[in-house]
Amino acid sequence: MSSATAGETLLAAQSLSLERGGRQLFDGLSFAVRAGQLIQVDGANGAGKTSLLRILAGLSRYGFEGNITRQSSLLYLGHQAGVKQLLTPRENLAWHAAGEGEYANADIEQALAHVGLTGYEDVSSHTLSAGQHRRVNLARLYLSSSPLWLLDEPFAAIDQKGVAELERLMVKHVSAGGAVIITSHQSLQVSYPLSRLSLSAGLQ
Amino acid sequence: MSAPTTFRFCARLVRRQLVLAVRRPLEIGNPLLFFAMVVALFPLGLGPAPDQLARFAPGILWIIALLANLLSSDAVFRSDFDDGSLEQLLLAPQPLYAAALSYIFAHWLITGVLLALVSPLFAGMLGLPGNAMLTLALSLLLGSGVLSLIGGIGASLTVGLKRGGMLISLLILPFYMPVLIFGSAAVQAAVTGADAGPYLAILGAMLSLAIALAPLAIAAGLRISVDA
Repeated sequence: MSSATAGETLLAAQSLSLERGGRQLFDGLSFAVRAGQLIQVDGANGAGKTSLLRILAGLSRYGFEGNITRQSSLLYLGHQAGVKQLLTPRENLAWHAAGEGEYANADIEQALAHVGLTGYEDVSSHTLSAGQHRRVNLARLYLSSSPLWLLDEPFAAIDQKGVAELERLMVKHVSAGGAVIITSHQSLQVSYPLSRLSLSAGLQ
Repeated sequence: MSAPTTFRFCARLVRRQLVLAVRRPLEIGNPLLFFAMVVALFPLGLGPAPDQLARFAPGILWIIALLANLLSSDAVFRSDFDDGSLEQLLLAPQPLYAAALSYIFAHWLITGVLLALVSPLFAGMLGLPGNAMLTLALSLLLGSGVLSLIGGIGASLTVGLKRGGMLISLLILPFYMPVLIFGSAAVQAAVTGADAGPYLAILGAMLSLAIALAPLAIAAGLRISVDA
């Protein structure tokens, strides 16, 4: 699933500082993300978790201080599903704007089956529910070859069975030498050492 | 599994945009309908005398084409911004320059090229002489490419705003002027029997310049809009 060897640094952040609306969200935050790490970002609503993930992904380029070094390709799933209503789930994955890879039809069907969308491959996405939209987006995780995953609230609008499935997938990914940074208000039920990233105290 | 080459990725984006457009036919039909409506209004406003209409036809046709393009350019990146696809596009390993160019190319295909193809029909309604038809279609084909590229810059800068429509007009209308001047001059020249070649060559030069530079501005505009 991933080409990174265990322990290799995938992403390093040096003294990140961000101020929003007169509030210091984090100050001098430094950490390194290594292959095999499953990291949950801690913080209340408005603490700056999403801002941090956008900075790490490279979507926010201005307004913060510090350096990011990215050693590997990454996959970022944000709040918005990035699913086109007018395309079918199959087309959404095959023609995805992230340009990560070219997937065979069978791979896409398998990924959609993993997220419980068998039979929905070729229906127009606007007939799908919000949760199903998010599932189409999550199917990208099964197709991805990027070692580093940045997941912003991936459990939103996902049912319990889907959450358990997603947790299993993340453990499989980090076991294979990938790394995951996740923000979630739920506590992860995983059989894998979970690192915690505090916006004030850094990686623990 | 490796990432697709830039060319394959761009082909994929163009195909995606075209499929999206075909599934929302109103978006393709709107500029054409607008064109037809305004052309139908001019004889009512100017009087139906054929020789008078024919005299104004090059300017009228070009102004309508410009406005039709202006109206549609606002939407190039709008839906991708709203549903998060634009964020993913910015994170793609392929150069954003190429991706921006593909979006504009798709937009040009469904607005400019279509308009250029049906323009002889509308020109006939205004009594434009037959020998100027080919020049009209050619000048629209070249000119609308420039318009789409410039419109894309405005669209990329205003995509994050709720009501960017008016602002985009103010931003890009000045840059539309040279295209309008040389575009209508080409058709005018063809009507009077002069050589339209030099005007078309200048339009071609503008298009080359815009292809080289506009995607850079669009890419920067998109990064700023997504960052904000």
